[in-house]
Amino acid sequence: MDWRRFSFIGFIIVFLFTVVVLIGGSRVSPTIIISSMLTTTIAVATPLTLGALSGVFCERAGVVNIGIEGMMLAAAFFGWLAAIYMNTIFKFDPSISLWTGVLVAILTGGLFALLHAWLSITFKVDQIIGGTVINILAVGITGFLNRQMFFGEGSIFGGNVPHAPGLLPSLSKWLTPLCGGPQGCLGLPTLIQGTFLDQKPVAIAAIVLVFVAHYVLFNTRWGLRTRAVGEHPKAADTVGINVYRTRYINVVLGGMLAGLAGAYFTIESVPSFEPLMTNGRGFISLAAMIFGNWTPFGAWAAALVFGASQALQINLQFFRDAIPPNWAFLQHAYIVGLAPYVLTMLILTGIIGKTTPPAADGQPYEK
Amino acid sequence: MQTVDDRKSQSGWQQVLRSAFNAMLVPFLAIFTAVVVGGVIIALAGGNPWAAYLGLAQGAFGSARAWSETFVWATPYIFAGLAVALAFKGGLFNIGAEGQLAFGAVATAWVGYALPEILGIEIPGILHLPLAIGAGILAGAIWAAIPGALKAYAGGHEVINTIMMNYIALNITSYLLNGPMKDKNPLNVIARTPEIAEGARLPVIFEGLRVHWGFPLALLVALGVWYLLWKTTLGFEIRTVGANPDAAKYAGINFRRVIIVTMALSGLLAGMAGAVEVTGLNYRHELGFSIGYGFDAIAIALLGKTHPLGVVLASILFAGMRNGATRMQFLTQIPVDIISVIQSLILLFVAADAIIRYLYRIKAKEDRLVLTRGWRG
Repeated sequence: MDWRRFSFIGFIIVFLFTVVVLIGGSRVSPTIIISSMLTTTIAVATPLTLGALSGVFCERAGVVNIGIEGMMLAAAFFGWLAAIYMNTIFKFDPSISLWTGVLVAILTGGLFALLHAWLSITFKVDQIIGGTVINILAVGITGFLNRQMFFGEGSIFGGNVPHAPGLLPSLSKWLTPLCGGPQGCLGLPTLIQGTFLDQKPVAIAAIVLVFVAHYVLFNTRWGLRTRAVGEHPKAADTVGINVYRTRYINVVLGGMLAGLAGAYFTIESVPSFEPLMTNGRGFISLAAMIFGNWTPFGAWAAALVFGASQALQINLQFFRDAIPPNWAFLQHAYIVGLAPYVLTMLILTGIIGKTTPPAADGQPYEK
Repeated sequence: MQTVDDRKSQSGWQQVLRSAFNAMLVPFLAIFTAVVVGGVIIALAGGNPWAAYLGLAQGAFGSARAWSETFVWATPYIFAGLAVALAFKGGLFNIGAEGQLAFGAVATAWVGYALPEILGIEIPGILHLPLAIGAGILAGAIWAAIPGALKAYAGGHEVINTIMMNYIALNITSYLLNGPMKDKNPLNVIARTPEIAEGARLPVIFEGLRVHWGFPLALLVALGVWYLLWKTTLGFEIRTVGANPDAAKYAGINFRRVIIVTMALSGLLAGMAGAVEVTGLNYRHELGFSIGYGFDAIAIALLGKTHPLGVVLASILFAGMRNGATRMQFLTQIPVDIISVIQSLILLFVAADAIIRYLYRIKAKEDRLVLTRGWRG
């Protein structure tokens, strides 16, 4: 990650924030706008950050994973399903149900990743095809079960779609003893309070995991082995590293990260499941990973850019009436909604510097 | 093991039959295995697999009407499947068929309903229909050529870019169909265009059945793609770039041009899927109609082993499943979505033919199918 890329990212984020402040500034104080933008940015960047980290682990070990989208979708569904089952069928209290949901989501991601690993490492299937299989499989299974369980005649829940038992609480709820006072949390400035303490567990976990991933990849023996396997598997094999095992574990770890991202959709963000609800986040994650040059911090920064462009869309909808007439195109959610996708394509053209994938990325290893 | 001498002693058509059998063995077993696994899933979900599959077969091929509907479904599948297959031949993975199809449909619909109003005259059918379809295939081609150019000149990977173009197309068509192009009829609440003029419509083949001339057109186009790929210089260049881009470079093939042309042709076919759906079936474009075609097209291209004939057969199979699923749901209350599960299983077993070869103890006779080449491509 070089300074050019970081400053480019900083520039885009500042630009997007400025647009919103210029439009909404007459209605609401800029501090509140910036605070709300920051909160939204970090929140919506969560699945992208986790998805990009998932990609980093898989690809550093030499396995291309375009199935992240499907893993997220399946995890979102099964995590949500588990939370509902725990709550309505087994009568556990909501908080235990929700955490079980998170766990099941992580496991679902891991399981789908195991399938991907099996296809791409053991059977040496073309990895992009393998990922596409995962994506289509996830759409099929979640669509089928969703309809079969909730909508069909004689379905288990008899036509009523139950909501998940609420959502995970934000961090400030947990810190009630510290944050209950009139000054808020320990008298911290509102900006920080709003930005970080109002985040929910998966969002916080994503940020922590960025640091953990960086440490693991670049400061531990495991990380060194992972990178060796992704750069030059033959050399790694020669010095006694088990290439297949290392790849398997990294792909499954990556899948679990994608699974946690799935939990964000149905357990942290909204309490319900919609078919196809991941809406391309998994693919944008991959773009973030590429733009971040296969590093955790770079991927996080790129995910934040996409988060900011989505925050722009959400906030502009809020300030819709304040948009000046000659900027009327900003009133259309569909037009502003193009921002993350156009940005992704722009970034992939390499105008902000070339990126280098791990040397053995995407190639099956034959002993 | 078959030796060279054995092969020589066989007559020509025997060889053709044998190679066709070899080519179709694994896909056939993949379909069979997927159907068995799908049956297990149906049983686990509390349904009766026999009744379900019987309903499916009846709905797909049980009557003249069923056949007609299957061909109606198959028409866009053939075009979109050919689009993905052609790109695969050129070493490109076009996940963007969905967006190209949607853009083609929008362009065709616009020429179909708005052009006569703008010109203030009624355009004769002999001119209007080709114009409408032409607009659709042009829109699809342009929409696909963009990621092609980004790949050729900037190294942006087409997998991500075509997916992004899908979302961009979805957003733009949502905007158009909810705004400037929305059917102004006061009774209309759906995001859709007005109906296209009579002159811009593809006629049906048999009175009373919905199957239209788009289906024979699709078969003709499949033949055209085969001819292009194996009988023309451009086709040779596309296949060379797909098989080995370095060799293509050394052989003096302008690989950048070939990449862009391949993507444009691929988008042209996908756009044609949209154009034919509008002119032959729906007579308008409706939001949401195009969703799902992209992934289905990939599955069809892979099941058909990226060969035009295979694509046609795979399309008819998938179309039959989609068509029969409605009757299956009506008879057995098993959601139509099970079809997506079975189709993804088929794709899984076709892509990982090692599983099938292992299950049925078939020796590998050909090299592994390598279709894509990581991020460096």
